[in-house]
Amino acid sequence: MLKARISVPATATRGEVITVKTLVSHPMETGFRRDALGAQIPRNILTEFECLLDDESVFRANFHPAVSANPFLSFRLRAERSGTLTFRWRDQHGEETTVTRELKVDG
Amino acid sequence: MGLAVTFSTLAQDYALPSGAPDALTGGTPAMRAPPMRSGYHYQSAEIRALQDDDFANPGMLWVDQGDALWRESGAADEPSCQSCHGEPSSLRGVAVRYPRYDESMGGLINLEGRINRCRQEHQKQPPLPYESEPLLALTALLAHQSRGMPISVSIEGPAREFFEQGKTYFYTRRGQLNLACYHCHELNPDRYLRGDRLSQGQPTGYPIYRLDWQTLGSLQRRLRFCNTGVRAEPHEFGDPTWLNLELFLGWRARGLLYETPAVRR
Amino acid sequence: MDDEGQTGLLSRRGCLRRAATLSLLSLLPLELRASPQDMREAMLAAFGDRPIIPGRVRLTLPPLAENGNSVRLTVAVDSPMTEADHVRFIQLFSPENPLPDIARFEFSPASGLAEVETRIRVSAEQDLVAVAGLSDGSLWSASVHIVVTEAACIDALL
Repeated sequence: MLKARISVPATATRGEVITVKTLVSHPMETGFRRDALGAQIPRNILTEFECLLDDESVFRANFHPAVSANPFLSFRLRAERSGTLTFRWRDQHGEETTVTRELKVDG
Repeated sequence: MGLAVTFSTLAQDYALPSGAPDALTGGTPAMRAPPMRSGYHYQSAEIRALQDDDFANPGMLWVDQGDALWRESGAADEPSCQSCHGEPSSLRGVAVRYPRYDESMGGLINLEGRINRCRQEHQKQPPLPYESEPLLALTALLAHQSRGMPISVSIEGPAREFFEQGKTYFYTRRGQLNLACYHCHELNPDRYLRGDRLSQGQPTGYPIYRLDWQTLGSLQRRLRFCNTGVRAEPHEFGDPTWLNLELFLGWRARGLLYETPAVRR
Repeated sequence: MDDEGQTGLLSRRGCLRRAATLSLLSLLPLELRASPQDMREAMLAAFGDRPIIPGRVRLTLPPLAENGNSVRLTVAVDSPMTEADHVRFIQLFSPENPLPDIARFEFSPASGLAEVETRIRVSAEQDLVAVAGLSDGSLWSASVHIVVTEAACIDALL
């Protein structure tokens, strides 16, 4: 289970474009580094991120080893309705971490 | 670089008057007694902005993790940190006094050591190794509580002899490059070593998130890194040498404000 | 670097560039460096031979990164983000990192704005490329030059 930080405005007005930020703990080990004894450190990265509003996918990302350790993302959403935002990261082994936040839209 | 300074010409008393001539440069008193400045000052605008962003500062991931650990109970039914101390904020002002002399140990103890002693005595848990994620997380949590408070270690009484040893270490040359801490961090802050801008070596923001490490690290990890930088054999984590130096550095930085988790290059 | 001339040899920027280049050559085995050709192949794999038009994409990075492990990057495309007219994706490429692919972001009309900020690894001085795919099938691109400096001391892994 990864540690994740999520930033979503407490409330949004209908039609407002909000900023969503995510920061997640992960080494994003590239597979190109060697340890002190010269052994190659195996690649270990997150490969996918998805944000859903209820069941609707609203933003997706694919990551390669060039994404920094502890990946940070900031992206936009047009707040049309209240619902549950689901944030899901998947690593190269298929392990998933999911975090949810409620989105409250006025009007 | 012409670092032709012999030990005898180095400051025997750190608190030299500000007009004292500088043996290395033949002058610029400003370099002898500059205003004390956090390493934050020597970072690029980009890195300072990352530290200042309480959401995006990656060190906050460890502060969050520390907060979760704070609420976990110890072995069997032993208490959590929270059971005894309440909220982490109750320990605001504690971190800035470490390391300190501890009577029962007859020596210095730093924040990591204090956390581990609590674990052993009150939670019946084994000590956490240096640079382990939970020790970094708990240290970051506690140090973060003191953010904005001035460093105020004590060198009174029995602490004095440890302080003196730390000070001697700071001014003693070592390694194949034959450099003391002093040469980089007192004579040459603000100057460049390749792309690196030298800082005064002030311990204001530990544990720190270094972009070079791509993770959080303790003050002792940074000091070991300095050892390898001058090509000296690094002292082990927890070595009394480090505790002495931590105390000297804390005294030298007295009054500077805590900023954990700091972000550095 | 050949166009720097005499002053370039002595200038700070010239020194920084050489420091960055030389140290990377010494640190990375050659097979761990991609080439502009690798990047072209990765783009060919992603987009086939469809035309990519320079423009419309705003790619922002600091001109000089103090540490290549974490470089702030913002990319955006002006678009009404409606069902009929929106940005479907933005994909980032590197000609000099060990691998040419960096990341891909997929948007929908629900995005409101096609804009992303993230942090990436940049292994050397290079021209990073962003390609945006729009709902009408057109491809647009931007390229930004970045210099990466090297530290004096390099920490061995724990």
